[in-house]
Amino acid sequence: MMLQKLRKPGFYFLGISLLIYIVIQVPLSLGLLNNYWRGIIFWGAAITMVTLGLNLIYGFNGQFSLGQYGFYAIGAYASADVTYRWLHGDTSGLLVVLFGSLLSLLFYALVAAFLRRFYRVSALTQFTYYTLVTIFAFWLTVQYLVPLLGPGTLSLLQALPEAVSRQIVFFVALAGGAAMAGISSFLFGIPVLELGSDYFGIATLGFTIIIKVLLDNTDTILPFPEMKGARGMIGIPQWTTWTWVFLSFMFVVIVMRNLLHSSVGRTILAVREDERAAELVGIDVASAKILAFVVGSIFAGLAGGIRAHDLAFLHPQSFNFVQSFNPLIIVVLGGLGSMTGTILTGFLWIFLLEGFLRLYLPPGFETWRLVVYPLILLLMMLLRPEGLFGQYEVPFLRQTFPSLRKSVQAEEEPLKEVAA
Amino acid sequence: MVATQTHKEQIREAPIQRRDGMILNQLSQGLFALFGLIVVYILGRALFENPGLFMQQVLNGLELGFIYALIALGYTMIYGIVKLINFAHGDVFMVGSFASFYAISILDLHRWPAWIWPGMSSTLVMIIGTITIILISMFVSGLLAVVMERFAYRPLRNKPRIAALITAIGVSFFLEYFGALPFVFTNNYITYDRPFDVTVYSAGEISPVVIGVMWGLLVISLVAYFMLRTQAKSGDMKAQAWLRHPLLQFGWLFGGFFAFVLTLAGIHLESGGKVWDLSVSNVTLVIMGASILLQVLLQFVVTQTQLGKAMRAAAYDKDAARLMGINVDLVIASTFALGGGLAGAAGVLYATAFKQVYYLMGIIPGLKAFVAAVIGGIGSIPGAFLGALIMGQTEVLSAGFISTPMRDAISFSLLIIVLLVWPQGIFGEPPGEKV
Repeated sequence: MMLQKLRKPGFYFLGISLLIYIVIQVPLSLGLLNNYWRGIIFWGAAITMVTLGLNLIYGFNGQFSLGQYGFYAIGAYASADVTYRWLHGDTSGLLVVLFGSLLSLLFYALVAAFLRRFYRVSALTQFTYYTLVTIFAFWLTVQYLVPLLGPGTLSLLQALPEAVSRQIVFFVALAGGAAMAGISSFLFGIPVLELGSDYFGIATLGFTIIIKVLLDNTDTILPFPEMKGARGMIGIPQWTTWTWVFLSFMFVVIVMRNLLHSSVGRTILAVREDERAAELVGIDVASAKILAFVVGSIFAGLAGGIRAHDLAFLHPQSFNFVQSFNPLIIVVLGGLGSMTGTILTGFLWIFLLEGFLRLYLPPGFETWRLVVYPLILLLMMLLRPEGLFGQYEVPFLRQTFPSLRKSVQAEEEPLKEVAA
Repeated sequence: MVATQTHKEQIREAPIQRRDGMILNQLSQGLFALFGLIVVYILGRALFENPGLFMQQVLNGLELGFIYALIALGYTMIYGIVKLINFAHGDVFMVGSFASFYAISILDLHRWPAWIWPGMSSTLVMIIGTITIILISMFVSGLLAVVMERFAYRPLRNKPRIAALITAIGVSFFLEYFGALPFVFTNNYITYDRPFDVTVYSAGEISPVVIGVMWGLLVISLVAYFMLRTQAKSGDMKAQAWLRHPLLQFGWLFGGFFAFVLTLAGIHLESGGKVWDLSVSNVTLVIMGASILLQVLLQFVVTQTQLGKAMRAAAYDKDAARLMGINVDLVIASTFALGGGLAGAAGVLYATAFKQVYYLMGIIPGLKAFVAAVIGGIGSIPGAFLGALIMGQTEVLSAGFISTPMRDAISFSLLIIVLLVWPQGIFGEPPGEKV
C-alpha cells in the first residue's frame, strides 16, 4: 500500500538517496575514505543545510537575510555545550534545551492566545512579551527543573548502555541546538521582519555580528566558561556519523519540500511574489514571514550541531559576518528558489574551494584560490545572473499542482457523501 | 502576527471581545524606556564622576566619527543613486590607505616641496605634503571605484539587484585577497609612517586667539543664517539661494566643531580633586578639518553644480533623467568617483590615526560607516554625516563606560534599535511603495 501511495518521483528520489547513503557509508566503514574527505562531505552537508534554510527565507519568501550564520553559530554552540556537559557528568545542558524550549513553546501559545484578545498590538510589543516569557521559561528550567530532574536523568541515562545513551544525548543536543536557533530567530524575527527587504538584510547582518561578539565573550560576559570565548571551544565529542548527517539532511530536504508544497508553502511563495497583493487576498503576511524565517533558522541550527560534532572544535572567527556571505553566494549561484540548485552548488562549492583546490593547487598558490573565486563569481553573475540551475527542480522536489480533474473530484467527494 | 486577523476569520470564530492593545504597547514602550534610562544613568554617572575623562572620550569619538562620515558619504551616495549596498566600499578605503602608504614610505612624496625648494619651512612642507598625499590617495581610490563600476556593476544594471549585490561581495573579496598576495600588500600588519609629526595640544598650548576666531566664525555664520532666513521668508530669492549655500554650512560646521574641541582642550580646571585637563592631537584636528571641508565640498557639488543636479535627477528617476538628456552612465560613474575619493581620504586619515595598515582593515570601518549611513537615513548626505558622528560616539562611549569587548555588539544593537524605532533613519525619506 505504502509503495503504491508513494508516487514515481518520490520513489526514485528515495532510492537515489539511499544509494548515495550506501555509496558513502561503505568506503567509510571500510576505511577507504580518509578523515579529510569525510570532513569535507560532512561540511558540505552542513553548509547545504544552512543554505537550504536561506533559500527558504530568501529564495522562496523573498526576505534578504545575512543572519544565517548567526543561527548556525547558535545551533553549533548550544548543541556542543549540551554534549560537553554530558561528558562531564552534567545533565543540565540536556534539560535546559529540552525543557526550556518546551516551556517556551507552551508560554508562546499562552501569550498568543492572550494577545489575540487585543487589536493594534505592535510588533515591538509582541517582541517584548515573547522575550519576557522566554526568559521566564529558561529561568524556571534552570532554577527549578534542573535540580529536580538532574540526578534522576543522569542515573537513568547511565543505566542504559553507553552506545544508546550517547545516541539519545546526541539527538537531544541536535534538536536542542535547532530549537535554540528557532527560538532566537522567532524572537528576532517578530519585530525585524516588519522592515523592508534591504533594511531586514542590514538588521540580520547586525545580528550576525552581535552573535559573533557574544561568542567572543562567552567566558567573560556570558556565563559559559566551557566555551572559552575567543580562544575557541574544545573538548566537543566527535559524534557525527554519516548516518546522522544523512538523516538530518533528508529531514531538512523533506520538511522543506513538504512545507513548500503545502498550502502554507503557497502563502510563503505568495508573500515573495507581492506582499501587498498577498495581504489583499487575506494572507497573514507577518506569520508567513516568521514561519519561513524560523524554519530556515532551525535548519541552520541543526547544521550547526552536525558541524560542531564533526569538527570537535568551535571558534567564533568561523562565524563572523564575512563567512555569512557564503550561504548567500551559494544560494544565488545555485539559483534562487531552486532546492536542487542549492543542494548541488552547496556540495560543489565546498568540494572545490575547500577540497580539490586546497589539496591539489601547487604549493604557494593556495591563496590564489581566494583570488580566482571572486573572479569566477563575477563572471557567473555577468553570464548567468539567474544562477546555475535557475528555477529547475528534480521531479520529486518540483511543485506539482494537482490537475484540474483531480481537484474537481476532490471537491465533489464530500458532496457525494452528503447525498448518500 | 496575531494582530492581523482577517475579517472573515473573525466572523467564523467564536466572537472574542477584542480590546484596544494600546495599553500593552505602552507597557512595552515603558520597558524599553527603562532600558534607555539605565544607559543614560550609566553615562551620566561617568560624566559626573570624572567629567574630564568623559569629555576626552567624546573628543576621541569625534575623531572616529569624522572618519566614518567620509566613508558613509560614499555608501549613501551610491545607495541613493543605484540602490546598491556597495560592500566593496570598505576595500576601496583600504586601497586608499595603502596608496598613501606607498606614496609616503616608498616614493617619499610627502616631502616633495622640499626637493624643489630646499629652503622651505618645514611646516609648510608638511601642510603641502599632507594635502598631496590625501589628493593622491583620493585619486587612486576614485579611479578604482570608477573601474569597479565600469567593469563590475554597469553590465549588471538591468539585471536583478541580487546579482549586483553578489558582484559587490565578489569585488570586495577580490580586493581583499588580491591584496593579501605576497607581492601586493602582503597579509601582515604594516606600520604606517604618518605624513606629518604628531603634536598633542593641551591647555595653555592653544592660543586663545584661535579659539576666539573659531567662536567668531560660528557666531558670524549663525548670525548670517538667521538674517538670511528672515530675508528669505519675505520672499528674497537671492537670500534663499544663499541660505542653502555650502559656504554658510562650512562656516557653522567648521566654526562650531573647532570652537567646541579647542575650548574643551584649552581650559584647565581643578576643583575638589577633579581635574579637567584635556588634550587634543593635531591628527584629530586634521581629521575634523579635512572631513568637514570634503563634506561641504560634496554638498557644493551636489547642490550647486550641473553634475549635482544630474545626480539628484538620476537618483530620483533614472529613466526620466535619461529622457531629459542626462548621461546617466556618466553621472553614476562620477558618483562612484566622488564616493571612492572620499573613502580614499578617509583611508589616509584612518591610517594616520591608528598608524598601521592591513589588507582586511576596510571591513569593520566600512561596515560601521554603512551602519552610520543607515542610521542617518540612507541616501541622505547630512544624515550620513550625523549618523557617523553618532556611531563614533556610541563606539567610544560604550567601549569606555559600558563594556569594552561588547562595543561592536552595542553599535550594531543601536542599528537594530534605530531601524525598529525609526525605520528610514533620521533624515531618510519614507520609501514610496508602488503598487
